[in-house]
Amino acid sequence: MNKTLTTPIRDEDLEQLNAGDIVFLDGCLVTCRDVGHRRLIELGMKLPVDLQGLAILHAGPIVTKDGDGWKMISIGPTTSMRMESFEKEFIRQTGVKLIVGKGGMGPETVEGCRTHKAVHAVFPGGCAVLAATEVEAIERVEWLDLGMPEALWVCRVKQFGPLIISIDTKGNNLFETNTARFNEKKGPIVREISSQVRFIK
Amino acid sequence: MDRQQAVRSMTVTMARFTDYISKHLPEDVLGKLRQLRDAEDSPLAKVVYDSMFENLAKAEALDRPSCQDTGVVQYFVKAGAEFPLLSEVRSILTEAVLTATRTAPLRHNAVQIFEEKNTGNNTGERIPWIDWEIVPYDKGITIEVYLAGGGCSLPGQGKTLMPAAGYEGVVQFVFDVMTSYGVNACPPLLVGVGIGGSIEVAANLSKKALFRTIGSRHPDPRAAEMERLMEKGLNEIGLGPQGITGRNSVMGVHLESAARHPSTISVALSVGCWAHRRGTIRINEDMTYEVLSHKGAAL
Repeated sequence: MNKTLTTPIRDEDLEQLNAGDIVFLDGCLVTCRDVGHRRLIELGMKLPVDLQGLAILHAGPIVTKDGDGWKMISIGPTTSMRMESFEKEFIRQTGVKLIVGKGGMGPETVEGCRTHKAVHAVFPGGCAVLAATEVEAIERVEWLDLGMPEALWVCRVKQFGPLIISIDTKGNNLFETNTARFNEKKGPIVREISSQVRFIK
Repeated sequence: MDRQQAVRSMTVTMARFTDYISKHLPEDVLGKLRQLRDAEDSPLAKVVYDSMFENLAKAEALDRPSCQDTGVVQYFVKAGAEFPLLSEVRSILTEAVLTATRTAPLRHNAVQIFEEKNTGNNTGERIPWIDWEIVPYDKGITIEVYLAGGGCSLPGQGKTLMPAAGYEGVVQFVFDVMTSYGVNACPPLLVGVGIGGSIEVAANLSKKALFRTIGSRHPDPRAAEMERLMEKGLNEIGLGPQGITGRNSVMGVHLESAARHPSTISVALSVGCWAHRRGTIRINEDMTYEVLSHKGAAL
């Protein structure tokens, strides 16, 4: 049985989760990326979707018109780190509980997740058709003036995942741990290769 | 076939080929991914690889772009000096992008500089990007289509080193970029390294290195050895699929070089994500074609 989070997500749903756990999402997932974050935090514009207890996805999908509505064609995560400078304040202002993206995020987001009880998770990057088949419907779209990738697509999802928890509510950061490990290994490997590429003599 | 018919024929071919590349990975990439998947034994790495292959199957079955980020379309052209439609190549490729954007459909990715508006059709100032090489006496044209997402374009960077830094400085640069930016660029990555005497030469070569067949080697044995050493070293760091750690980091390291100035060593790095959507097509003088990167591709 997959561990499933259902929106609205409560603090107690998240407290048991640890970095490295795998979960799936049922409910409401809203795409929000670079300009969506900038508009709320830097420009002070009101977000046209109430995100309290909901999930956002750092993503810019491919959608097509489908009668009066929209059809999700392809929707994978984008690099979360681009939203690092906004995310802590974004979590505080919106009450969003689950942030889905790709790759890790930094200490500010860790702080926001700990203080306001939220988590960051990664959906495997590039797996955009898999993700699209887990979107049941696009309920509406906001800020379409930003163009297809940057608009806020409000989606109803079923068993959306796998989502690997990368930042939990306790201050753990999977990617920070991994990066420390990569950097530790790097020094000796670079020295070893360097000794074999002294072509300037 | 008169000139007008030839233009129409090549436009249709290139539109279909661009559409096709957004949905199908080349054989060498698929083969390498299978090999890397089999080497993983951690549960998280397995989950990620399973998702990747499930995704590729669904993209094929539903005829959809396998990744939502279909990039700013780039064409790397090796044009025969005697190819009959040389003057029309830019307009043909622009038309092909407009068509593929509707048919695939491709994501709208061309944002005009300063105006900061998405054009909504994947064409824009100097876009689609076209890189030209002229092949003397050739009557045909060979075109690489490359759809690189933003994620794997972010690590792209270069640096001009002083000769004292040596090739050792090149290695250090590659590893620094890979451990800081590589993690978020959808590993396992294909790594392109360019070395030359100035930054734009190195940058261009680093991109072209990504079009070589995975596992091919630089003709100079020292360069080939450097490719092998960096590939082995990067794999030992163990980024794993999506940077969640694993047995490997890369699909390969390809190095391209150009003679340098005595005072400089420029190095640049470009990476391709695991969903390395490149394709090679050869179009002949009579507009017949052959897809070189994808066996049995039906356009």
